[in-house]
Amino acid sequence: MEKKNIAGRSEKIMKICFYTLITIFALSCLFPFLLMVTSSFMSEKEIVSEGYKLIPDTVSLSAYKFLFRNFTNLFNAYRVTIFIAVTGTVFGLFFMSMAGYVLCRKDFRYRNQISFFIYFTTLFSGGLIPTYMLYVNGLGLKDSIWSMVLPGLMSPWSIFLMKNFMKSIPDSLYESANIDGANDFRIYWQIYMPLAKASLATIGLFQILGYWNEWYNAMLYIQTPAKFPLQYFLQRIVSQANIQLLIQQGLTINTGDLPSESIKMATAVIATGPIVLLYPFVQKYFVSGLTIGAVKG
Amino acid sequence: MVLIKTVMILCCRKEENNLKSIKLHLDHFVHEVKKKYILFLMVLPVLIYFFIFAYIPMPGAYIAFVDYNIGKGIFGSAFVGLKNFEFLFRTGDLLRITKNTILYNLVFLILGNAFQIIFAVMISEVGNKWFKKISQSIILLPYFISMVIVGFFSYNLFNFDYGFINTILAGLGFPKHEFYSDQGIWKYIIVFFKIWSGTGYGMIIYLASIAGIEQDIYEAASLDGASPMQKIRYITFPMLKPTMILLILFGLGGILKGSFDLFYNLIGTNSVLYPQTDVIDTFVFRSLVGQFNFSQGAAVGFYQSVFGLVLVLTVNAIVKKIEPDSALF
Repeated sequence: MEKKNIAGRSEKIMKICFYTLITIFALSCLFPFLLMVTSSFMSEKEIVSEGYKLIPDTVSLSAYKFLFRNFTNLFNAYRVTIFIAVTGTVFGLFFMSMAGYVLCRKDFRYRNQISFFIYFTTLFSGGLIPTYMLYVNGLGLKDSIWSMVLPGLMSPWSIFLMKNFMKSIPDSLYESANIDGANDFRIYWQIYMPLAKASLATIGLFQILGYWNEWYNAMLYIQTPAKFPLQYFLQRIVSQANIQLLIQQGLTINTGDLPSESIKMATAVIATGPIVLLYPFVQKYFVSGLTIGAVKG
Repeated sequence: MVLIKTVMILCCRKEENNLKSIKLHLDHFVHEVKKKYILFLMVLPVLIYFFIFAYIPMPGAYIAFVDYNIGKGIFGSAFVGLKNFEFLFRTGDLLRITKNTILYNLVFLILGNAFQIIFAVMISEVGNKWFKKISQSIILLPYFISMVIVGFFSYNLFNFDYGFINTILAGLGFPKHEFYSDQGIWKYIIVFFKIWSGTGYGMIIYLASIAGIEQDIYEAASLDGASPMQKIRYITFPMLKPTMILLILFGLGGILKGSFDLFYNLIGTNSVLYPQTDVIDTFVFRSLVGQFNFSQGAAVGFYQSVFGLVLVLTVNAIVKKIEPDSALF
């Protein structure tokens, strides 16, 4: 009896420890987001005199007011990001799902060779510098918006994920459609695609996320500020400590008077907002993609 | 004499056979294309894409062996053999960035996996479903945030004038700390943010493999009087071992690569911090945009690609021995 009590107590202690540790870690995951949001609502005077705080003394909307008045450039960066995300995701999904369909067809003789052709690119690459020279000298894509769409358009990982999803669709569906005289493209488009909706959603969300977080290729190839995507826009604001980018050309604003520290944080909040807000709704697709990709790569 | 003749005849025959078989293959291929041209058309965009963007740059790695001259192009520039590599080796750059890259990645791997396993086990043990779901979601959230935002967080926390940490230090009566010129502290900050952003992802994978453990085993252990701690120690951990070994092995395959965005957004062009924080990817990047030293940068990139390939092949051979089903190829 006593032994059982001790075991029960130690179990209770263990559970309490677990709850506490998980809570602490989860809070530390949330903390930077909270700090960013509260900092964006601080008045410049308070930031300058006391620094960023989790609980500001006074709430000020001046940063957001400034962004609202000078929304042109930020809005433009949003537009660039949405453009590359939409084109990259639509074309990427279309091409990759077609390849996935072809590669899962057992009667297609060259599927192993093609799989290896795609897979080998993950093992060996020419490296950053030859790739850069291809984009700039070979294809003339310096300062072109396509230099941000093309690098993430297709990935071997997504193609194989697509192929594995398509494989789970029973062959009998293909056979009966084939007997009815449908050609391969029609079978893919009218039978396989509707059945692969969940996997399209998963891969599509990963594509959108990749484009949403795109800044690297912009840094390499893009020179005109009007073509900066959101994340690169942000990066320039924080790394070069200037909020000049936000202000439309031709307007003269004395940046000395601006609440520049809270503006930086407010811009980051506006750029991150959509992801954090959408996250609860799309999370399950991400999780299914992560686990499938990890179990069978 | 007769011998030579027969050998020659045999050789000729063999060649004929080879030619024949090539022609046969070609016939097959043409036949296949004719019969299934729609399938070929459907896979064509992907083939073209990888050909242009992955295969065409490969021979471009030759730039690592020349003294690159923009006017003459890669293949027109003077061939200098291993001179670019030699230079990098002599200046100590190669050794330093290789050491940094490997050490960082080892810490990321070991500490990262430890955190992922521990939190996966803890979350699977707590009973409250609601708590489970919420905490999982929150821990996974940082995985979806771009490293640019992480750079903002770091500015928010460590900035000298207004950073949160300095606000607290000042509030407690301590002097403010110059984080952005303190060489020693950034390795911890980098590791912290890596763990911060990566724990959720790995945890999901470990949670999936915990969910795959049969409940009967736990029930049998309970009947035998095992405590929850013993069950974790003697059932869950051993069952997670294969997943862990695989993840670590494949992680080792990529030990020369990665995390450019993390390093660049935290350190940027702050050269004071380079000795402790320069890795292969940041070095190659700088040689491209900062110094325009294409050949040296490409030499490092080539070295990274080749050793990376050797590592992956080795790791795959090991995996094939211990877990044939999980091998990549």
